[in-house]
Amino acid sequence: MPVEIDIARVARLARIALTDEELEHYGAQLTGILEHASTVQALPTEGVEPTAHPLGLVNGWRDDEPGTTLDRDEVLAAAPDHEDGYFRVPPFLDE
Amino acid sequence: MTDPADLTIADAGARLRAGELSAVDLLDAVRRRASMTEAILHAYLTIDHAGASKAAAEADAALAGGEDRGPLHGIPVALKDNMVTRGVETTASSRILAGWVPPYDATVVQRLRAAGAVIYGKTNLDEFAMGSSTENSAYGTSRNPWDPDRVPGGSSGGSAAAVAVGSAFGALGSDTGGSIRQPAALCGVVGMKPTYGLVSRYGLIAFASSLDQIGPIGRTVEDAAMLFEAITGYDPFDTTSSPGPVPAVRAALDRGIAGLRIGVLSELASEGVEPSVIAAFRDTLDRLGAAGAIIEEVSLPTTRHALSAYYLIAPAECSANLARFDGVRYGPRIDGPNVEQMMAATRRDGFGPEVTRRILLGTYALSAGYYDAFYGQAQRVRTLVVREFAAAYERFDALVTPTSPTTAFPVGARADDPLAMYLSDVCTIPSNLSGDPAISVPVGLDESGLPIGFQVLGPALGDDTVFRVARAVESLVGFEARPALATSEGAA
Repeated sequence: MPVEIDIARVARLARIALTDEELEHYGAQLTGILEHASTVQALPTEGVEPTAHPLGLVNGWRDDEPGTTLDRDEVLAAAPDHEDGYFRVPPFLDE
Repeated sequence: MTDPADLTIADAGARLRAGELSAVDLLDAVRRRASMTEAILHAYLTIDHAGASKAAAEADAALAGGEDRGPLHGIPVALKDNMVTRGVETTASSRILAGWVPPYDATVVQRLRAAGAVIYGKTNLDEFAMGSSTENSAYGTSRNPWDPDRVPGGSSGGSAAAVAVGSAFGALGSDTGGSIRQPAALCGVVGMKPTYGLVSRYGLIAFASSLDQIGPIGRTVEDAAMLFEAITGYDPFDTTSSPGPVPAVRAALDRGIAGLRIGVLSELASEGVEPSVIAAFRDTLDRLGAAGAIIEEVSLPTTRHALSAYYLIAPAECSANLARFDGVRYGPRIDGPNVEQMMAATRRDGFGPEVTRRILLGTYALSAGYYDAFYGQAQRVRTLVVREFAAAYERFDALVTPTSPTTAFPVGARADDPLAMYLSDVCTIPSNLSGDPAISVPVGLDESGLPIGFQVLGPALGDDTVFRVARAVESLVGFEARPALATSEGAA
């Protein structure tokens, strides 16, 4: 199956800043891989349920009991930037 | 006397209990071996000298006080660096986690500590476990102990190489498409992927959550079984953890194989496999047959499509899992005028080419309009693979294939060709899709002196059968070769 990829859009969705040259490079590789992988589309799967857990387990819940959680200061210490107990990031909108 | 670094876990444990060696002696032996081999191998990213020394001293004190925590008590082991360790840097070989010191231990790490094991260090891998050679590590390629111009396999290449040379008695790896078994085969050691759900993934840095499974690497099948028993079992912190009983694998080891029905997966034991690998594989089959196993060929045609399904499912799940690396909570940040540009710049800088490629592939496969054609269809094909295996296990107790179609390849040989690299995993991927257990055992050397692996697959929760057949293979073949790197000190 021929595959067409809007690679710039995909990179934007994935939040990875790539140059035009890199976009072209990855776009070509992805096309090759997807053309190979799209052979799965030839298999008859009508009425076949998808598999997510090989043992068929769904919704594993633990008991709703209070326990210890990670120490906030220790977690924040690993962050690039934090303030007053929060992770700090640049503005969401340009000023 | 044998250098303690060359003892099996079983033998080291016996000497420990006989008072002939201490846990500190075992750690010293591993340190000496690492100091001789690491400049060439680069199996380790981080060695936790202080933590290991403390744990070894505690293990000795506990044993002296009559507290024996079992087979791993006092044994130095290594962890693939995608398992988080409290207080010890964990990067998964990615620049995007450079310098990250986790605030908690993965469940497997807690269990190893509780079992008295001494965690010596964190081993190299392909970035986020994506690769088959360790060449995708941001911190340099590990080398094959049998020929340093070649790769150790991957992604758990550092763990396999360390165990092969004796800079660890055993190690944990993770296996999403063969990442324990393929490097074990290429390094001449035993590597096992348990049934999905038996080992907690809590604290395993996620790659493809429906496929990832932690498992043991050892120099013998028994050593791998000891590690297996220490790390398996239900964990409420992993929603995919199996609450049922765990197969007793050590008890099954020496039950023999007379009368067992073993199927040879014809699709994976023929075309594209190197002649030397086929020869060692067939020779092993002959030995199993002579020992009383019933050997028959079996065809599972859907396995031909397993690689394609895998290369849709794994990147799709990876693109979702790796969204968390965005310069907000951990790792370095590349600043930008707004959040989106900060994240895009951080991710561009932090991810290597293979990880970038898979994130893009997965993002595409999950994006609007393509989800059903790619990810949905691949998950349905997965169901076909599961059904085909289940049908085969009505006729067979175990299935066998070569672990890898080739022995270790030269560094750089496949680095520019993602598809050729992906084919390294053609024999191992089907059991990740099915979720079933599988193990690789060394069965010989090719004409260049490189190890060849034999793979045994079993049904879900048939981990005991897999170990049992592997133990039979090990004793029938008698593979005792060791890499030159591990033995050179004897001459020096």
